[in-house]
Amino acid sequence: MTIDMSPSLALVVTIGVLVAAGVYLVLERSLTRIIIGIVLIGNGVNLLLLVSGGAAGGAPIIGMTPEGEMSDPLPEALILTAIVITLGMTAFLLALAYRSWQLHGHDEVQDDVEDRRIAYLAARDEMAFADSDTDTDAPDLEDEAHEVRDETDSLLLLVGEEGLVDVPVRAVRDAAGSDDDPPSDRTPGPGPGPEPGDGEVTR
Amino acid sequence: MNELDFLVPLPAILPLFGAGLALAMWRSQRAQFIISVVVLTVVLAASVAMLFTVGDGPMVVDIGGWAAPVGINVVADRLAALMLTVSSAVFLCVLLYSMAQGLADGGEDTPVAIYHPTYLVLAAGVSMAFLAGDLFNLFVAFEVLLAASYVLITLGGTGERIRSGTIYIAVALVSSLIFLTAIALTYAATGTVNMAQLALRLPEIDPGTAHVLQLMLLLAFGIKAAVFPLHAWLPDSYPTAPAPVTAVFAGLLTKVGVYAIIRTQTLLFPGGAADTLLLWLALATMLVGILGAVAQDDIKRLLSFTLVSHIGYMIFGIALSTAAGLTGAIFYVAHHITVQTTLFLVVGLIERRGGTTSLDRLGGLAKLAPGLAILFFVPAMNLSGIPPMSGFLGKVGLLQAGVADGSSLAWTLVVGGVVTSLLTLYAIVKAWNKAFWQVPPAPLEGSSLPRGMVGPTGALVALSLALTVFAGPLYSYTERAADTLRDRGIYVQAVLPDGERGEGESAVVAEQGGGS
Repeated sequence: MTIDMSPSLALVVTIGVLVAAGVYLVLERSLTRIIIGIVLIGNGVNLLLLVSGGAAGGAPIIGMTPEGEMSDPLPEALILTAIVITLGMTAFLLALAYRSWQLHGHDEVQDDVEDRRIAYLAARDEMAFADSDTDTDAPDLEDEAHEVRDETDSLLLLVGEEGLVDVPVRAVRDAAGSDDDPPSDRTPGPGPGPEPGDGEVTR
Repeated sequence: MNELDFLVPLPAILPLFGAGLALAMWRSQRAQFIISVVVLTVVLAASVAMLFTVGDGPMVVDIGGWAAPVGINVVADRLAALMLTVSSAVFLCVLLYSMAQGLADGGEDTPVAIYHPTYLVLAAGVSMAFLAGDLFNLFVAFEVLLAASYVLITLGGTGERIRSGTIYIAVALVSSLIFLTAIALTYAATGTVNMAQLALRLPEIDPGTAHVLQLMLLLAFGIKAAVFPLHAWLPDSYPTAPAPVTAVFAGLLTKVGVYAIIRTQTLLFPGGAADTLLLWLALATMLVGILGAVAQDDIKRLLSFTLVSHIGYMIFGIALSTAAGLTGAIFYVAHHITVQTTLFLVVGLIERRGGTTSLDRLGGLAKLAPGLAILFFVPAMNLSGIPPMSGFLGKVGLLQAGVADGSSLAWTLVVGGVVTSLLTLYAIVKAWNKAFWQVPPAPLEGSSLPRGMVGPTGALVALSLALTVFAGPLYSYTERAADTLRDRGIYVQAVLPDGERGEGESAVVAEQGGGS
């Protein structure tokens, strides 16, 4: 016995339209539209289930319809279940949209703030969190290398002039920039950041 | 036919009855609590009993006496019995924990009247999904557990939970619709949704069509299991829920997706047509997930990302399509359910003791609460796969299976797995240093830990250690489970003894000879 499985074209087109419209709506930001989209897709899928049972036929009750002309009852049972489930979920989503409106005055689906924060920090090349271990004011390794070398270089120069006592590192380093000037005449650098060229001048 | 077959539907039916009863008793928290504990204990006992009797072959019950492909049947094979046992143990521990938390908080944050019924419905849905012998029944089981999870994730209706709940629910609904579409197409192609009958009929249809069906099912289950690139919803939505809810979601809901993938890949589409794709996805899931975890500041989000990452290990084992791979994957599922749930429960304790889950603000917990430090340290090391714990054994099993496979892609996965394991260790150690060792930036404003919350957490830590101690028997059990899965004849024979019909009423339809 072969079963006529060719679906009705009208149904297939309807499924296409429903699902396409539903997908468009689900991509929106407003929860209400997402709900409508999900309802539309849900109806489209229910029709698809109907189509999956083959062509329409008579009531599938023995004695009422000849066996060859019965419609397939199983997809109908599945659709019934799916409809009930979609109904429940829609009701829940509506409640959710209402609660969102109560809280925020709108029902737009929010972005995750924490994700944005981390992405923002990553874009600025900063650490995701700071604590006692991460002292952001400390010079990085490159700076330290400069300072260490400058110190030894300039110390040799400065020993004759004013001795080792009380010469701050920054002053020593500045002094190293120009060998002749006394350190007090120099204005300190603009900040703790690296000062390219500082070390090179000494050489 | 086994005289213990009556046990099979119990894990799904009892919690549903319990839920109804608990809802009717909404006035008395105590009555609700007793109902939930009794129901879940009985379910655990039934699951353990099944675990020991299922060795004789899968246990099948045709519901209502209607024969299999016409009626609905529930099937418990070794895999299902193992999953049921682990999940019901986890459900019970988390319930005790959440009760202690609810009592300590005075119940202002959690409307306990609906908490118990919903929790039981969730347990019923999860059990039903493990037992389903029919694709549509699996869909219904998913909907049952998802509906319960929607309520639990938005519990209390605060702004943050509504935000995360919206994302979670929208994604879950879309995945359900994809699943339903796949069912409709499967029915159109084969004329059945019974899994045993599908196993017989799918090889007969056009291979291209079968491949489309397989990919659609994998897509639906992949969203549930949070496989890359379908994982983005998980770290957004899980961390905001109450700690016990997050724990049970993280432990079980993604694993239900993994379980469904195992069924699809072994019973319905054993040819391994999607294996290359799945292997790549497994690699991406592992790496993307763990890199996400490394960047996190909030410990709950960090754990959510490790959860995504470790799903990759299971997909890796499944996609190898070898007995060894499947064995490793099943073992890893059992290990991961316990350890991930435990970690989220411990984070709930940390949140309570420290008043926050941000690694920025936590600190010094090792000195403040040394017991808590141990409770965190053991599952954390287990997760990152430090020998000799079960996480290490599971990973070694998977890596061995990958090496045995020998293809260049499998070797890539092996390397990826080791890298992921190391990065997990890095992320976990970072969390450990920040939360337990560093000097807190400001004094922590947490409260003390109620014994009722510590107890269940400790029980789960003990369970995860027991998985290590009894890893030998467990591993040989998962080996046998994998063998049962790979020999589809066993399953089909159990459901349809004569290759056509199950045991039960269906005389009239049998004469007609099915739908084809």
